[in-house]
Amino acid sequence: MSSLQFDIAHLLAGSLVLASFMMLYQDRLYALLNVYAMHAGVLALSVAWQAYVQQAPHLYLTAAIALVFKAIIIPVALHRIIKQLGIHREIENVIGIGLTMMAGIGLVALSMVVMLRVTPGADALAREDLAFALSVVLLGLLIMVTRRNAVSQVVGFMSLENGLVLAATGAKGMPLVVEISVAFSVLIAFIVIGIFLFRIRERFDSVDVQALDRFRGERR
Amino acid sequence: MISVALWLVACLLALAPVGIVLSARPRGSFVLYGACLVLTATLCMTALLHLLDPAHPVLRATLPVGLPWLGAHFRLDALSAFFLVVVNLGGAAASLFALGYGSHEESPGRVLPFYPAYLAGMNVVVLANDAFSFLVAWEFMSLTSWALVVSHHREAENIRAGYVYLLMASFGTLALLLAFGALASGPGYDFDAIRAAHPSAALSSLVVVLVLLGTGSKAGLVPLHAWLPLAHPAAPSHVSGLMSGVMTKVAVYGFVRIVFDLLPEPQWWWSMVVLLVGGPTATLGVLYALMQRDIKRVLAFSTIENIGIVFTGLGLALAFKAQGLDWVAALAFTAALLHVFNHALFKSLLFFGAGAVLEATGVRDMEKLGGLIHRMPKTAFAMLVGCVAISALPPFNGFVSEWLMFQAILLSPQLPSWGLKLIVPAVGGLLALAAAFAAACFVKLYGISFLGRPRSDVAASAHETDRFSLAAMFALAALCLLAGILPGLFIDALAPVSKAMVGNVMPHQTGLEWLTIVPIAESRSSYNGLLVFLFAALCGTTAATAIHRLASDRLRRAPAWDCGYPDANPAIQYSASSFSQPIRRVFGSVIFAAREIGEMPPPSSPRPARLTVEMRDLIWDGLYAPIANAIGFATERINILQFLTIRRYLTLVFVALIVLLLVVAL
Repeated sequence: MSSLQFDIAHLLAGSLVLASFMMLYQDRLYALLNVYAMHAGVLALSVAWQAYVQQAPHLYLTAAIALVFKAIIIPVALHRIIKQLGIHREIENVIGIGLTMMAGIGLVALSMVVMLRVTPGADALAREDLAFALSVVLLGLLIMVTRRNAVSQVVGFMSLENGLVLAATGAKGMPLVVEISVAFSVLIAFIVIGIFLFRIRERFDSVDVQALDRFRGERR
Repeated sequence: MISVALWLVACLLALAPVGIVLSARPRGSFVLYGACLVLTATLCMTALLHLLDPAHPVLRATLPVGLPWLGAHFRLDALSAFFLVVVNLGGAAASLFALGYGSHEESPGRVLPFYPAYLAGMNVVVLANDAFSFLVAWEFMSLTSWALVVSHHREAENIRAGYVYLLMASFGTLALLLAFGALASGPGYDFDAIRAAHPSAALSSLVVVLVLLGTGSKAGLVPLHAWLPLAHPAAPSHVSGLMSGVMTKVAVYGFVRIVFDLLPEPQWWWSMVVLLVGGPTATLGVLYALMQRDIKRVLAFSTIENIGIVFTGLGLALAFKAQGLDWVAALAFTAALLHVFNHALFKSLLFFGAGAVLEATGVRDMEKLGGLIHRMPKTAFAMLVGCVAISALPPFNGFVSEWLMFQAILLSPQLPSWGLKLIVPAVGGLLALAAAFAAACFVKLYGISFLGRPRSDVAASAHETDRFSLAAMFALAALCLLAGILPGLFIDALAPVSKAMVGNVMPHQTGLEWLTIVPIAESRSSYNGLLVFLFAALCGTTAATAIHRLASDRLRRAPAWDCGYPDANPAIQYSASSFSQPIRRVFGSVIFAAREIGEMPPPSSPRPARLTVEMRDLIWDGLYAPIANAIGFATERINILQFLTIRRYLTLVFVALIVLLLVVAL
């Protein structure tokens, strides 16, 4: 692999991590969705680049799936949901942007250390890719943990899944079936979560998960 | 021949769903038990033919089920053939008994589907030749027997028994799983590969301890026996007979297969562990049995005793084999296996008798029985044979195996190791004590239940049981006698097993004069069951004839216990508790922390005086209760985790992931 190809792959994977960081501090739902759409777009680009580099035509299909489903259909659908639920004006109190960002940086550092230590034998591209993918997964989890709104938790989950796809495409020889099944499982998860969102809303007049906790009679 | 056996087992398995259909039909149980009888009898004959085959072939078969890269391996050699005979002889007898007994089943749908599946499970354990099939079949056997234990689920006691049984069965399987995990870490799961491998001494010792825990918990070794006296009596009687007479033997098979066959040459201290568990198990088991009033519980505790005897024999075989005396090891091993066979016979017989009594009277408490010998004469006769056999009295079979065991114990001075030289006679003393207690225990069981006068109306109105049940009991009784008077045949049939497991055989027995058996040398000891039987029969007949001829042969009925109390209440008879009171006074205060509380009312009070006996199970209090309490305490603490908010759960997962990653990174 030439160094240019490597650098571009590196750049795209790094941009994905950057997009994850952008999602961390978005406290408005629409903005969060827009960043998520960009996140998925970057993922599609990165996968397409991998397809070109590895000369694996089936990866183009994965890229197309990422682009169509994750960058277009899901954000549009979530937009509609937010509008129907009437929560587009809600502002989430994220734990505190500075603290979250610091935690995110720590996570990225952690995933770098882990990956460099665990995969000394793998080739450079796969190593970098895996390190970035792990960062994206951890940042996605962080988004889920720091949010209280169910919609933004869904978005966090989706970005986590993007990290998984990045990891899968970075490894050579991953069969297409696995990627397609991952993509479909995400779609189904999205549908199920979407339905649940409406059901939660119907019952509690809110998609704040605190309402669920109150319903279960929890002490906080 | 192994394919025949496997097909028959598959038919048994296929009967399980048929049982669901049949349970709704009026004659369904008859059809199902009949089919089980035919299948198990055929399996028994197949295994017997294989055991008696002079070439002793080892047959193998592989089926494409189970783990995809492994398949299921089966093997029929002398050891599995012998245990197949035991399992299916017990199964056939239980099915024959159930032809009559099963028709009284309250809810046949809870028994019929599981019964053939349970039989099939035990057969597969014995046939399995890889760890995976063995464990799956073992667990299948445990689960189906659990379903049978809780088949009378309306009684709270049975539910508790099922719960304790399920816990102990999972514990046993876990121990076996770990043992196989340790064994198969190098060579893989196939028994042939494990046999060829040479694990280190430390690893094999670990495996022996785990196997003793795993099979011991299924067989009922003290202190892992707590479930057995709860679960065995809770099942329907024919299943109780199977669980006590047969399933504990499957556990013995597991122990023999792994320790004698799969592991390399034994270390001498393994035998110390086995002996130190086996001897006390025998004595404690029968002491517990003596204290019981419930017939089926007495029998269940007596199973623990007999398992103790079998494991003592196996421990002796290990000791002698480890010290290079394999001709004595063959003697001890043969004695243990013969006792396995004998116990399967008479324990099934006794449980069937208890089932017949339970069916006729509806009670299991001995204090409510009595006088059944007049109301159920045939059952009483079969039970008498069983009681004599299990008390190890000649000319029945129990005597032969225990006598052989003592012959091996008497050779212990030849052992070079001082530890064993001291321990083996002590264990022999425990076995002798256990044999005496067993006799007392069965005198009590028979005397209180069958002799005397009825202690309740249900006992007074009891009736003889049906002819199928009687046929099963008489067949087993006849086998008990046969094995007692012709032990040479049985010892010779066990020779290939002993050859394969301990590398030597006992001297050839058939062909000696008068069918005598000579375990070591004629100058040392010999026993002739046939002559003892003929002598006893001759003396008995002569005496009876003489008395009847010389005295009046008119049958007279006079009031019993007429010693100054002409119209006495049956309650003043000797009772089960009073029979065991002397032994309870001697041993009970230490072993059961027994206390007698006499409560005498003041002279003016019309209250009756009371004598209450309090007994505690110290093993339960000292071992099981603390564990249960600790688990209860821990679960209460952890229970908080069940009521966290969604975000806290996410945070927990997240933190756990980060911690794990940090472990990798640092």
